[in-house]
Formats: sequence, C-alpha cells, structure tokens
Amino acid sequence: MSTAANETARSRGQAPAGERIADWADGRLGIYSLAKANMRKIFPDHWSFMLGEVCMYSFIIIILTGVYLTLFFHPSMNEVVYHGSYVPLQGQMMSEAFNSTLHISFDVRGGLLVRQIHHWAALIFLAGMFVHMMRVFFTGAFRKPREINWLFGFLLFVLGMFTGFTGYSLPDDLLSGTGVRFMEGAILSVPIVGTYLSYFLFGGQFPGHDFVARFYSIHILLLPGIMLGLMVAHLILVFYHKHTQFAGPGKSNNNVVGMPLLPVYMAKAGGFFFLVFGVIAAIAAVAQINPIWAIGPYRVDQVSTGAQPDWYMGFAEGLIRFMPGWEINFWGHTLVLGVFIPLVLFPLVLAAIAVYPFIESWVTGDKREHHILDRPRNAPTRTAFGVAWVTIYMITLVGGGNDLWATHFHLSINAVTWFVRIFFFVGPVIAFLVTKRICLGLQRRDRDKVLHGRETGIIKRLPHGEFIEVHEPLSQEQLHTLTAHDQYQPAEIGPTVDENGVERKVKAAERLRVKLSNAYYGEDNQIPKPSVEEYREITSGHGHH
Amino acid sequence: MSSQDIPEENLPAEQDHAHGAVGVADEENPFADPGLPPHEHRIQDIDERAAKRSERVVALLFTVSMLATVGFIVSYVTIPHDKNIFVFPIGHISALNFALGLTLGVALFCIGAGAVHWARTLMSDVEVADERHPIEAAPEVRAKVHADFRQGAKESALGRRKLIRGTMFGALALVPLSGVMLLRDLGPLPGTSLRHTLWAKGKRLVNMNTNQPLRPEDVAVGSLTFAKPDGLEETDEEFQNELAKAALMIVRLQPDNIKDKRELNWSHDGIVAFSKICTHVGCPISLYEQQTHHVLCPCHQSTFDLSDGARVIFGPAGHALPQLRIGVDSEGYLQALGDFEEPVGPAFWERG
Repeated sequence: MSTAANETARSRGQAPAGERIADWADGRLGIYSLAKANMRKIFPDHWSFMLGEVCMYSFIIIILTGVYLTLFFHPSMNEVVYHGSYVPLQGQMMSEAFNSTLHISFDVRGGLLVRQIHHWAALIFLAGMFVHMMRVFFTGAFRKPREINWLFGFLLFVLGMFTGFTGYSLPDDLLSGTGVRFMEGAILSVPIVGTYLSYFLFGGQFPGHDFVARFYSIHILLLPGIMLGLMVAHLILVFYHKHTQFAGPGKSNNNVVGMPLLPVYMAKAGGFFFLVFGVIAAIAAVAQINPIWAIGPYRVDQVSTGAQPDWYMGFAEGLIRFMPGWEINFWGHTLVLGVFIPLVLFPLVLAAIAVYPFIESWVTGDKREHHILDRPRNAPTRTAFGVAWVTIYMITLVGGGNDLWATHFHLSINAVTWFVRIFFFVGPVIAFLVTKRICLGLQRRDRDKVLHGRETGIIKRLPHGEFIEVHEPLSQEQLHTLTAHDQYQPAEIGPTVDENGVERKVKAAERLRVKLSNAYYGEDNQIPKPSVEEYREITSGHGHH
Repeated sequence: MSSQDIPEENLPAEQDHAHGAVGVADEENPFADPGLPPHEHRIQDIDERAAKRSERVVALLFTVSMLATVGFIVSYVTIPHDKNIFVFPIGHISALNFALGLTLGVALFCIGAGAVHWARTLMSDVEVADERHPIEAAPEVRAKVHADFRQGAKESALGRRKLIRGTMFGALALVPLSGVMLLRDLGPLPGTSLRHTLWAKGKRLVNMNTNQPLRPEDVAVGSLTFAKPDGLEETDEEFQNELAKAALMIVRLQPDNIKDKRELNWSHDGIVAFSKICTHVGCPISLYEQQTHHVLCPCHQSTFDLSDGARVIFGPAGHALPQLRIGVDSEGYLQALGDFEEPVGPAFWERG
C-alpha cells in the first residue's frame, strides 16, 4: 500500500460519523461526484420561479394523501344499502365506492380532511401547472435547450387533467357520474369505432359494473406512475440545464447568478413545501369540496342543475356546450359532428400551445442556447399569440359554465352561448391585436426611458419662461437591463438566381418562413432597441432632456 | 432547415463576450454590463442583536408548530367525529375536520415559515455566479461517438444481413398484437343492444317515485312525471344499465296544443311519453317549463319542444327526443305500445 493510500485510509478512518457514512456511500454510489456538481448549485431568485415548486409540492401532497385514501376506499360498483352515520342517506341503495367514500368522510377521523386536502391539492396542482406553463411561455424559457422539458411539462399538465377526471369520478356520486356519462356520450360519437370503444371501456352498456375499478387502477397506478417518471425527468433537466434568469447587471447567457442550493435553497424550497402543505391543509379545514353526501349516489336517471366539472375540464365542457348539434346521416350511419368536433378540438387547442416552441425556433432559425428570459413585451408576437391562446381557453371556460353565468348574472343562457360561439373565433383575434399593440407601446416606453431618462415629475421653469420636465438619466445597471434583449432581423428570401444565372426555385416553406419572420420581426412588429450611437447623440447635447 | 440557411447578420449579436461576474463600467458602451452590484448587508449581518431576534422568531415558529401538532393529537382524541360547530362566516361545519385541518395547517406552515425566515435573514445572501457550459459535446467527442456507433453497427452486420433485419423488425412489430388481443374481453361487442330497451307492447308505465303503475288520471296537465317499465326494480343487477335506456318523461298537454301529427297519434288523451335521456351526450333531462312545453337538459342546455315532436330548439343536441307510443290497457293503466322506434340517448356511428 502506498503512503498516499495509507493517508487517505487514515483520514477516512478518523473522520466523524457523518463523514464516515458519506464515505461509505460514496464508495458504493459515487455520491461525492454528484454532490460536487449539485450541493452548491446556484439558483436565481424570482417570484415566478416558485410556481413550478407549487406544482411539485402539491403533487407530492396528492400522492401522500392518495395513498392514505386507498386504505379505506373500495373501488367497487356492487350495490349496497347504506347503514353508516350520515342519517339522511340511511337505507339508500348506493355503490360500494360511494359507501366507502361516505365512510371516509363521516366515520374515519380525519378522513374528510385528507379527502379534502387531496381534492384541493389536485385543483391547485392543475392551476399551478397552468400558470407555470404560462410563465415559461411568456418569458421564452421554452427556447433551446429546454424544448423537451417544455413537452414533459405539457404532458404532465394533460395527464394531470385525466388523473383528476378519473379521480373525481371514483366516488360514483351523482355529479361525477354525470361527467362520466358525458365522457361516454363523447366516445360514442367517434366515427366507426365509437360504440366499440365505449363498450370496451365500460365493460358493456353504460354504466355497467366496471368503470370505477378500471378508473381506479388508471387513477392510482397508471397515470401517476407515468407522471412521477415525467416529473423526475423534468427536475433532472432543470438541474442539468441550470435555471434561466432575467437580464440584469452581472447576469449573462453564460452564467447563472443566485444563491446556492445548500443552504439557502434547501431551506427556502424545503420550507416552501411546508408552506404549500400548510395552506392546503388550512383550506381543507375551512372550505368544503365535493360534498358527495349532499350530491347523492349516482343514478342514471337523475341529475342536478349547475353541474360542473372540476375547473381544468371546464374548457372541454365549454367546447361541447357551444357547438351546434350537427349530425349527418348517410348510408345507415350517423356522423355526430356536434360531439365529435369538440372531442377533436379538445386535444387540438392543447396541442397549439405545445408545438409553439418548435414553430418559433423554425421562424427565427436560431440554434443557440437561451438562458436569459425575455420580458414578454420584447417578444410582441409570441406574447400576443400566448394571450390569444389564453383567451380561447378562457372563453371556452366561460362556455363550460354558461348556465352559471346565466343564473348568477341574470343573463339569457342563449345569449351567453351565442357570445361564446362568436368570441371563440373573434376573441383571440382581438386579444392578439391588442396585446401586440400593448407590447409595442411598452417597448417604445423602454426606448424612451433609455434615451431620455426617467420622468421625475419635477417641472422646471427656465429663465425665459419655458417649462420643462426634468428627466433623470438611468443608471448603467438600468440601461443594461433595458437593452440586453436580443432583436432578430426579419428573414429574407435569398437570391433566387445563383452566380451562374441559374434560377432557383423558392420553396413554399421558405416563403412561409420569410412571411412569418416579417410578421414577427419586421418593421412595426417590434420597436428597435436604442443603439449606442442614438444614445450618444441625444445625451451629448447637454441640458436638453 | 440547417443553420447555414440563416445569414449570420440576421442573428442578433451575442450580448456578452466576457463571463465572470464583475465587469467594469465600459467607457465605449453605455449599455455594457456593469457586473454584479456590490452586496448590501442586511441588518442581521451587522447587528448581532437583530440576528438574535431573527433566531428567536425562527425558534418561536418551530415551537408553535410543535404545539400545533400536540393540538392535532388532542383534537383527534377528544372531539367526537359527529360534532358540528358554527364558525363565522362559514356556517355549521364538522368540528373535528376544522380542528384537525387548522392544527395540521399551522404545524406545517410554521415549519415552512421558520425555514424561509431563517434562510432570508440569517443565511448568507451573497449572490454567486456559476458558469454555464454549452450542452453540445465538443467536436472530437461527437466524432468519437459517431465512429463508435458506426463501428458497432458494422460489427452487428444489421445493415448487411437483410434477412435478419427484416425478420427481426417483423417479429418486433407483431408481438404487441398479443397485447392488443388481450384487450378484447374488456367488454362485449355492442351488437344491437343500444337499439333496444325494456319497453315492449303491453308494458305498464310505473311511476318512478311511488313505484305504482300510472293511470291517465294520475297525470295532471302541466305536470312532469318520470316513469320506468313495469318489473324493473332498484335491486335488479342490471337496474342502472336498463334504466339508462328506458327512463321516461311523461307530460300532459292539451291535445290541441300538440303541433306534431305523429306525436298526437302516439299520445293518449294529451299524455305524451318521451325518452328522458338527452340525445346529446346522455344526461337525464329534468327541467320542464309548463307554459312553453320546453324541456331543458341541465348539463349542456339542449332545449326540446315537447309540443312539437320534442325537436331541438336550442343547444348542442343533434336530434329530437325519441317518443314512446302509449295507450291504456283493459284495467285502465298506461302501457307502452311497443319499444322506441329509434335508439335513445346520444347518437353513435351505427345509429343511422
């Protein structure tokens, strides 16, 4: 044994217990190499970076409470007579699923709390993912190298919707049963295979005796299993790519400025888990959610008014509500367009936002890595597209609650439905145009601020009587921050004749790309940021604002 | 599209050439990155008494959390699970749920608040810069990987031995079919089951609420009655499946108010029976407006005119509600004169 090896052995042998355990683990798992890269990993600070954490923590809370609920829930549709402690339902026929949910709510101490935490956390999880996705979209955080992580996040959102849907269908109550019936009706509308799909999913005619058990395995095993894998991959990529940051003094595309994981983010992010959990527990203590005992067990011939899905399914509900009832009958078959078109639009609306990063990178042709976030105003066309998408989403959400809008605001249900029908098309166009104008206006304001300084609100009277407002020049930090963003030049169609005079055919895709590029970056579609020359020219004339 | 297609000048210039945290103010470029601003000390960094105060706040939060957990356990043990209390402004709620939720919430929140306060006031808040490195591998690594792959591919001879390649892909493509086959028994084939209901000639209409066969005189003008076929009981194995197709909605109109000729023919003394299952996506219809004879599905607001063959007058439904032909049997009870002539409920491909 060499001396060096001896020394290492000795120093390891005498180390304190914690170090010795770490040494032991390192010899088997190589944890030191892992820790070297990650223990003091730098995370930048911005409130919006917290949104993703809300999602992660609510997902963990859902898993914890969900495991607890499986200990008491019976995923069975066998009809039983209720004999539990909730008096109004005594003696009623109901499925075992509903019966066991009542048992959790009334006879298991804390069962109601866990049920309510589980359901509230699910709503917050989906809302968190939606807002987190918007944060990523509007700041351009989806650009290279993060496109794949954008897709992972998108898949998490979509799978989260279906996990939520299968979850709230499990108690087999009147409200969720109505939702399942809607789903069955939608599946029936699929041309050619619709009835078969429905019979395979429900084990025969609706409602059958199987769907609770089948939804159960989808809800607790299949979908969360995939989601857990995706979430781990999502986080690994966040670590691997390092976090994005906003432009500012000392912050560049080649660095990441912030505070280290150990100890600051360990404490902040770890503490944030408890904050999220604590807030959700307090909500579950005071805010009732899905009171299935008041709704009653599912009966195929009963329904209540104001039936609404959980919020994240609301836009699918809206699509089906505002669609006119088109049906085409031919050769003994029925094409149920009134239901099938919404069923197709549902994934298409979602896909529109999912593929956007690839469209933008094709238009810009930019192959570089981007780690500095855009301020939404500095990408007017992207921001306008995003707002247009949110507008479609929100208008269909209004459509999904058209009955509630009508009853709460004393409107005609027909008028609300017609509003949604029209503004499904018109709304995003208006939103796009207005957003773009606002972005350009904000860009102009930034430009003015850089060139002329900040308006101080101080009015000065000059000796000859003229009034001027004193402008205070910006600091170099502010100047840098306001001018740090990239600005693309619109693409042009290259020379159509080569040096030998041979004409080249311009492909339609290239034409489209040039057109789009001009719509993104052409004149009037972005405000050029001030150049150093412009700045010098204006600031050299001292005394003038 | 490759990056060669974009002229270099169309891409914006790189903003930062130098990396490294602290730059120097640039005389040439007023927009240059001035580098990280100097660290500003917090009061806790310079005043030990302030730091002590922070320490006490953190410790207090952690202590409150411990007390709240004790409170949780005490609530669990002492509060009966059926006790309700009035809490302003929420109303009457379960005392146990309220106590458990709040104590758990406080216990968790205080741990989080303590940790965050600790991090914000006592841990170092000096901003540090980490360098980023391009994700793309260096050219020589790329070349090595490509060469390795080509070598491996060559050694496998997959490209050369076409027979192996073809049969292997064939086998891999076929083997999932077994898995697909295994899904076949998830359910029976639909056959014509969506076309038939329990209704048949001579089947009496039984009031859903009273479970008694209906007589015409039980149905008043302007009322809405729900009915099921005689013999279908709540305890039957297939109760829900059969009711999902057979559920009936009965109203009585003035015969001269019935606009549709067939509807009039299929009615009895102004009593008409329609399927209760909406033709849109299958919700039970249950809102009846007796002045206009409209029924509205509360799920998606499809509206049908019961005085005019139950045609759709608003909403997303695609066709009228099927009508059941009814009459009166020798004992004076309402009876069906046959099954529905068309499938009830949502439309489907084979409906025609």
